[in-house]
Amino acid sequence: MSELALGPDAPLRFGLLGSPNSGKTTLFNGLTGLRAKVGNYPGVTVERREGRVRLEHRRAVVIDLPGTYSLEPLSPDEAVVSRVLSGDLAERPDALVVVADACTLDRSLLLLAQVLRVGLPTCLVLTMTDELHARGGHIDIAHLERALGIPVLGVVGHRGLGLDALREMLSAPERWSRPHLLPPVEAQERAAWAASVLDHVSHQRPYTSRLTEAIDRVVLHPFAGSALFAVVMILFFQLIFAWATPAMDAIDAVVGAAASAAQRLLPAGVVADFASQGLIHGVGAVVIFVPQIALLFGILYLLEDVGYMARAAFVVDRLMGRIGLEGRSFVSLLSSYACAVPGIMATRTIPAPRDRLVTILVAPLMTCSARLPVYALLIGAFVPAVAVGPFGLQGLVLLGLYLLGSLSALAVAAVLKRTLLRGAGPPFYMELPPYRMPTLKLWATQVWGSVRAFLRRAGTIILGVSIMLWVLLNVPRVDAPPGATQAEARRFELAHSLAGTAGHAIEPLIAPLGFDWKIGVGLLSSLAAREVIVSTLAQIYAATDEDASLREAIRTDVDPRTDARVFTPATVAALLVFFVFALQCLSTIAVMRRETNSWRWPAFAFSYLLAIAWLASFATHALVSALT
Amino acid sequence: MKTNFNRANAGADVGALVPLDRLSPGESGTIARVEAQDGIGRRLLDLGFIPGTPVRVVRRAPLGDPVSFELRGSRICLRRSEAARVLVASHREGATP
Repeated sequence: MSELALGPDAPLRFGLLGSPNSGKTTLFNGLTGLRAKVGNYPGVTVERREGRVRLEHRRAVVIDLPGTYSLEPLSPDEAVVSRVLSGDLAERPDALVVVADACTLDRSLLLLAQVLRVGLPTCLVLTMTDELHARGGHIDIAHLERALGIPVLGVVGHRGLGLDALREMLSAPERWSRPHLLPPVEAQERAAWAASVLDHVSHQRPYTSRLTEAIDRVVLHPFAGSALFAVVMILFFQLIFAWATPAMDAIDAVVGAAASAAQRLLPAGVVADFASQGLIHGVGAVVIFVPQIALLFGILYLLEDVGYMARAAFVVDRLMGRIGLEGRSFVSLLSSYACAVPGIMATRTIPAPRDRLVTILVAPLMTCSARLPVYALLIGAFVPAVAVGPFGLQGLVLLGLYLLGSLSALAVAAVLKRTLLRGAGPPFYMELPPYRMPTLKLWATQVWGSVRAFLRRAGTIILGVSIMLWVLLNVPRVDAPPGATQAEARRFELAHSLAGTAGHAIEPLIAPLGFDWKIGVGLLSSLAAREVIVSTLAQIYAATDEDASLREAIRTDVDPRTDARVFTPATVAALLVFFVFALQCLSTIAVMRRETNSWRWPAFAFSYLLAIAWLASFATHALVSALT
Repeated sequence: MKTNFNRANAGADVGALVPLDRLSPGESGTIARVEAQDGIGRRLLDLGFIPGTPVRVVRRAPLGDPVSFELRGSRICLRRSEAARVLVASHREGATP
């Protein structure tokens, strides 16, 4: 074949194509192992995955194309498949492997009909052939090959059965037979073509899985189903919080120990400070996310592989539809209560690009765990621990901050869907796959893949920025006057660092919110992670610990220029509100950059959230000042 | 196909077409027509909602929307607003006129 006139050294390129739930990813992992290269297609948010396959005599690359039901795109993201097939977006594949679930072959043939018209050598791989037989279905593969005119192979992907035969087939796409006649284009004729093919091959459609039907009667029951959904989501949320905490504390301890070891071993000075505070803490800032990401994706993929994720989206879709999103956005927003970083990574399950983007843009408004230390410090220092009815006032304020963030997320999502990201995307449709036993190997591969993608793509940005912030907080080194205590010396150094200078410089911008330069430095440092403002304030106030003495220090701090308290009730309220809204988190920005494949959306999110934060803080400051 | 869909005589006319979202869980019909002038409609065709295909309403989500359908050997859910673009000849009305 002319398009296969390749030198012996150029690797063969295979496009792997199929609808969602066809077992395409399992097959891709089976063929390529853990060697997949992950990237992005230019200009769209779609992930590009390629992996090498070991064939006997030649090198080959498999490109995992996004799951699709159709080659006719409804959005630029969906157009990736057809653009790859035409060679418009990347190097054109030499041949195509269409993956189809043997149990839903009837529908998969509709996609195959479109693919065959592309004109590339094509083979069909039928997955889940074991399930087809178990459910009383039948397909004669030899007959199907003849009826379609292309090679057909049955595999059981999750057990690796049939992969050797597939590798052998892939080693010689030149020899693949081509269809004698191309399938028709028009939908009804295409359906007739599919029906006639299936008639020829004594196809017996499988029975509906009785087990699936029985489970669904409970899982999707109007009352039991809603209750189960609530329980699963609460557990999910709790587990990310509770299970990740010990691992995160352990990482914190190791990072702290490594930092003090570096401080001890290296000669005292800038180098030791940089190694311990800049470098080691920078690495720690990346690794600290791993437990949450591994747990989140561990649970997510488990629910997905079993078949519950689609049901959860089905149950909650109506609620999310009210604000213009869909069921699959819910899980992502819920995860963002723990941390927006894994929450944003979880938006990959949302197929409609606009819905996914809106979910990414509002995820930082969900009150993440990094805000808690900040809220705890300010509420602990300034909100009296009195009872309001049966509730404590401090707890009510915390609850109010959670509600403010969550309701704002919903409001912003609704506004974005009606303005900037308006328009009809793909309609909401989703397959409800039968329940299946997950396999450990596939699950572990998926979870590790997510962790690795985070470490590689976002981790490098987070590390770089953490080091940069250290430099800002420590350069230039102005030595404190002799006789100062260690804490006073640190305060002096901070005040004269670039960040200290910047804190003074932005003071006019934040003065209307009631913030002075010290809070300004805290806000700048909290860009590394929100809770960092606590340790920065501790350094500025030369506090001996971050708890009681810092609370006391900020409570009694007086501005030398005006003799007034720095932290007035209005300032504290404004600062709390600022933290509800502002995107003070470079890790989130890095992950947004990675997931949307451009700096445009993180820049937009940072700006709009900063604008809301400033305005809301200003209004809060003015209101509380007027009241007190 | 001519539009013979008319709510008033839907019960009496054996050939009357009903929007798919009006069928109750457990009911089935044969797809007669899909409003497919735009991309969304054509996507419904690609999903298998093609005239001549039998379809059964499996169940509604706990809050009433979306709805899951069985067709061509798989289960797909659609929101009711999209299901309304699919007109079916209800089997129930055909069986018990």
